[in-house]
Amino acid sequence: MKLGDLAQIVRSKNAGPFELTFDLIFPDPETFRRVRNSGVITKELVARLYGLPSEHVLHLVFVPAARAIKATIVRPVPSGSVGDTDVYGAQQHAPWLDVEVPLPESQDEEVEE
Amino acid sequence: MDELRLLSPQGMLGYGYPRESLEEGLSRSPHMIGVDSGSTDAGPYRLGSGKPTVPGDAVRRDLSLMVEGALELDIPLLVGSAGGGGAREHVEWVLDILGEILGRLGRRVPVAVIWSDVEKRWLLEKLSRGEVESLGPVEPLTSRDVEEAARIVAVMGVAPYIEALESGARIVIAGRSNDPAIFASFAIWKGFPPGLAFHLGKILECGAMASVPGSASDSMLGILREDRFFVEPMNPARRCTEVSVAAHTLYEKSHPLLIPGPEGVLNLENVSFRQVTPRGVEVRGSAFDPASECWIKLEGARHQAYRSIFIGGVRDPIMISRVEEWEEATRKALREYFGPGDWQVLFHVYGRDGVMGPLEPVEAITSHELGLVFEAVAPSQEKAQALCSFARSFLMHYHYEGRKATAGNLALLYSPSDIPMGPVYSFNVHHLVRVDDPLEPFRIELREMG
Repeated sequence: MKLGDLAQIVRSKNAGPFELTFDLIFPDPETFRRVRNSGVITKELVARLYGLPSEHVLHLVFVPAARAIKATIVRPVPSGSVGDTDVYGAQQHAPWLDVEVPLPESQDEEVEE
Repeated sequence: MDELRLLSPQGMLGYGYPRESLEEGLSRSPHMIGVDSGSTDAGPYRLGSGKPTVPGDAVRRDLSLMVEGALELDIPLLVGSAGGGGAREHVEWVLDILGEILGRLGRRVPVAVIWSDVEKRWLLEKLSRGEVESLGPVEPLTSRDVEEAARIVAVMGVAPYIEALESGARIVIAGRSNDPAIFASFAIWKGFPPGLAFHLGKILECGAMASVPGSASDSMLGILREDRFFVEPMNPARRCTEVSVAAHTLYEKSHPLLIPGPEGVLNLENVSFRQVTPRGVEVRGSAFDPASECWIKLEGARHQAYRSIFIGGVRDPIMISRVEEWEEATRKALREYFGPGDWQVLFHVYGRDGVMGPLEPVEAITSHELGLVFEAVAPSQEKAQALCSFARSFLMHYHYEGRKATAGNLALLYSPSDIPMGPVYSFNVHHLVRVDDPLEPFRIELREMG
């Protein structure tokens, strides 16, 4: 399934003027767990989605309490500097929507960490 | 005191909020009212120019109702990051408006003003002693950065607020602040644990953003206890849910579980959210790891150049298919005419990569129309206008391969088409400075106003 169909919230925003952060929030703990356990969401994926060197992916964190995945990258241009195209960083999330997440049929407890 | 009630009428002073929401909040007998008034989110213009970006009338309206409410209940009102950037001009602007309001109400009130402007000489000395570090992915600070900055502000934690409250101020107008400190300072002053205080402060500083439907233009009440806090939006059309509050915890921060501030790190690794009323959520487990040294964040912006733009649409499918050709031809013509130098131009092509620029993974253009925002950046406004004008007339009549529409290539949106955009600023200080005393870069002044 596509991440855009699995997640309830997919968004991007500045985290300060030099970083851009993405939040993926799932409707229930089960969906969050299945996406996490799929192993698809990695720093390498973020680097590939945005054409970045891997060291520009600063964080990728799974947050069970919020049913959320958060990734933070270096902004290509600081907010509001010449060449920036999105001062608040609010419209940089779209590439996430099409990410294919292969979900195990069931019994995914086996891959629980 | 076993319960502290903190009221946030809105997420940004001047964004507006329903009067009924504030009144509902006041009816809960809050112990304080707090409001955030600034951010770096809108880019470097505010700090660079010293100008506000919300209209004065909007601040006048929003602040009036809060001042009236706070005076009536005899509770403190704390305004953080006053005027947008928290620089001297911004703080003075809010003070002027506050003075008008108090004059109209015929009230005299002790007001604490906390100035957060950084003296360049002080910072250069810190720099020479190696007491400045980069914050995140930025280059190390140089003395040139300091000299070039139009304004530099230090981002205060809770200490200056607590000092101001101790001095007996009923209203605090503070310069640039770590957003949660507006509320956390009051809670810590009253003896509540810093982990819960900072976490609640982080939620409240955004107004009703942590509810559904979320909004920074509405009110939220926080009720803090020794081991937990509770949040509820004051507008009955909104509600907090476990997900809305948890999601807000992630909002606009680099790391979701470790949120640094001048006093230490808010640690949310063991946090839990529970729906305890239909519209309210209880939070437990927010912890705090105090820092061993005090490092204060600095923000500075420098004036970089001047900008002019024109906006034009392209509907011709042949022109759309030749976008690389006409962009390159225009750049080449500009180089030949103006020579190499201290100017640059940018083609923001909406329908291609206008939104995502270098991050855009899609290469093919599938839209039937393109929007072009042409941007010229130069050392003077006149030069930027000249570049803009030349590029517009060149591109309007450029003969691309296969052209049939020989009367003109652009649907220019406006007359006049070339728009002077004024000075361009960039953030050039985003660093931490080590201080012995968290009050060091700040100056607190107590005034009787009204």
